[in-house]
Amino acid sequence: MYVAVKGGEAAINEAHRLLAEERRGDPAVAELSTAQIDAQLSLAVDRVMAEGSLYDRKLAALAIKQARGDLIEAIFLIRAYRTTLPRFGYSAPVDTASMGIRRRISATFKDIPGGQILGPTFDYTHRLLDFRLAAEDGGESLSGAVQGDQRADRTDETDLLDEKMPRVVDLLKHEGLIEDELPGIEDAPVGDITREPMSFPVERDVRLQNLARGDEGFLLALGYSTQRGYGRSHPFAGEIRLGEVAVEFTPEDLGFSIDIGEVTLSECQMINQFKGSAEAPPQFTRGYGLSFGHCERKVIAMALVDRALKGRALGEAVSGPAQDEEFVMEHSDNIQATGFVEHLKLPHYVDFQSELELVRRMRRQASAAVAEAAE
Amino acid sequence: MTRQSHAESRHRSSYDQPDFGTAAGPDPNYNFAYLDEQTKRMIRRAILKAVAIPGYQVPFASREMPMPYGWGTGGVQVTASIIGPQDVLKVIDQGADDTTNAVSIRQFFQRTTAVKTTERTEAASIIQTRHRIPEKALSEKQILVYQVPIPEPLRFLEPRESETRKMHALGEYGLMHVKLYEDIATHGHIATTYAYPVKVNGHYISDPSPTPKFDNPKMNRMPALQLFGAGREKRIYAIPPYTAVESLDFEDHPFEVQRWEQSCELCGAKNSFLDEVVTDDRGGRMFVCSDTDFCNRRLEAAQ
Repeated sequence: MYVAVKGGEAAINEAHRLLAEERRGDPAVAELSTAQIDAQLSLAVDRVMAEGSLYDRKLAALAIKQARGDLIEAIFLIRAYRTTLPRFGYSAPVDTASMGIRRRISATFKDIPGGQILGPTFDYTHRLLDFRLAAEDGGESLSGAVQGDQRADRTDETDLLDEKMPRVVDLLKHEGLIEDELPGIEDAPVGDITREPMSFPVERDVRLQNLARGDEGFLLALGYSTQRGYGRSHPFAGEIRLGEVAVEFTPEDLGFSIDIGEVTLSECQMINQFKGSAEAPPQFTRGYGLSFGHCERKVIAMALVDRALKGRALGEAVSGPAQDEEFVMEHSDNIQATGFVEHLKLPHYVDFQSELELVRRMRRQASAAVAEAAE
Repeated sequence: MTRQSHAESRHRSSYDQPDFGTAAGPDPNYNFAYLDEQTKRMIRRAILKAVAIPGYQVPFASREMPMPYGWGTGGVQVTASIIGPQDVLKVIDQGADDTTNAVSIRQFFQRTTAVKTTERTEAASIIQTRHRIPEKALSEKQILVYQVPIPEPLRFLEPRESETRKMHALGEYGLMHVKLYEDIATHGHIATTYAYPVKVNGHYISDPSPTPKFDNPKMNRMPALQLFGAGREKRIYAIPPYTAVESLDFEDHPFEVQRWEQSCELCGAKNSFLDEVVTDDRGGRMFVCSDTDFCNRRLEAAQ
């Protein structure tokens, strides 16, 4: 009886066996391959890479499979794996202006140099369940021809898009209409919250890293709250772009930078109203969002929150939760949050015992006092 | 050491199949005790600083560990950075060696270090604990590693870290005394039963982790080094051997520990912390020692 309460080694092993069984599901159904997850659940893979802070599609797909589709659990697996990897150094800053664009839209200008490219988006689909996808062959016999044509088109398009596309916000910069963002000092170290604990107030590099790793749902709700008046910032999506950028790295023993590969990034440049202050004339301000993979919702929300957190520097009154640096940054990490929330499942016998004893004592005292008053 | 550097320098491809550790040696896929040597050095530096400033919370670059935050990632990182192949490890949760999380953390270190483990309090050189201090007094040769959820004793009075750090720096602890006074004014006594705040070396107010206040007196002038790791909050603090640790109180309301009318139903101990075990749905219950090793040893001695 006593041992049963405390649990033990055999129970854990049995639980793990059951978990493996549940993960596999009905053995009569074919097993899912990580290649299928990578190719067909690609947005889940993107989110796991972004919040897991590790750009590796195969590992992310494996994590999703192992986590039975629980993306936070998959992100956790990736983070724990990332801990064990050696660190060689930091890449050169990636240049999103020279991104190989697959999608690029602006909500502020009808036409922009380089053009608006819709790309792969759910935006204008009708959200009607497509029952053809539930067919045994996934409806491929019906849509195969169309896909082939699209692929041919895309090759032409890529040729067309090769020219460099200036960022929309840079167009406003020439008139001094938008706050200037000066590049940091070259070779100065960048903040890294995976190597240095945060200490408030933080610089923007640390804030952006925190938000880039932050939970999409948390940032979404915070961004939304700024639109509903809790730290209003009058946002316009200046530009959202998706595509591939080259990553350059300078190995110490080589002395010059080499191209080590390419990553898919989503980027959002938000343009926000600012009425001006005693020191600064009216000017647009900016919010910035960047993420691995195709995570548009995430980068838009991130840009809203980044702008909200500029409030202190701009001398705005801090009134909404999204503007509160410590509140946002201490609670954005879903691995920290899920760990601490779920740790309530762990035994708390001794703390509860202490409280139980206290409540009993206080109740005895209370009833004694009532009895005394009645006498 | 050769084995460690070998494991570390080995290029590990992303897709290697794991090769689990056996009783013969640690898991070759990971460095000794999981963390890489640079990370261990960083954590050891934080520990040294913590020992030099008793009770002060040292920020450290806590890593993501393969168990969730809240499961003891701080304690695990501290243990991983101090453990060596000769160490003997004991892991307890709620005082017991056989609670699921204690079993899981012990298995983690068995797999990544292959060190000897024990349930005997005096046989361990490192004891990692969640929520209890063993009943048996510890010695100078031992290190007690606490898992800490919220290292900041002032957190529930002031949620902002930027404020609480200032309060510690200025020794501005009025808020805490007011809270304790309000307890007395409302209830007639201090209504804190666990995570009862202590003053370390006459200076910093510290959180003993959510141990019951029953254990607080054991911290005072303890011969063993006490290390506290909070992974999610990225803080390490320490109480060096033989350091004065007082539980906060007032002259007219001195600090008191919990007492039970019952004694342990298994071993008959009258002076240990007791867990209440519900035996049926009609109010039946029994009280047994929360420290399983203490209880088992008393039972053995009685036989």
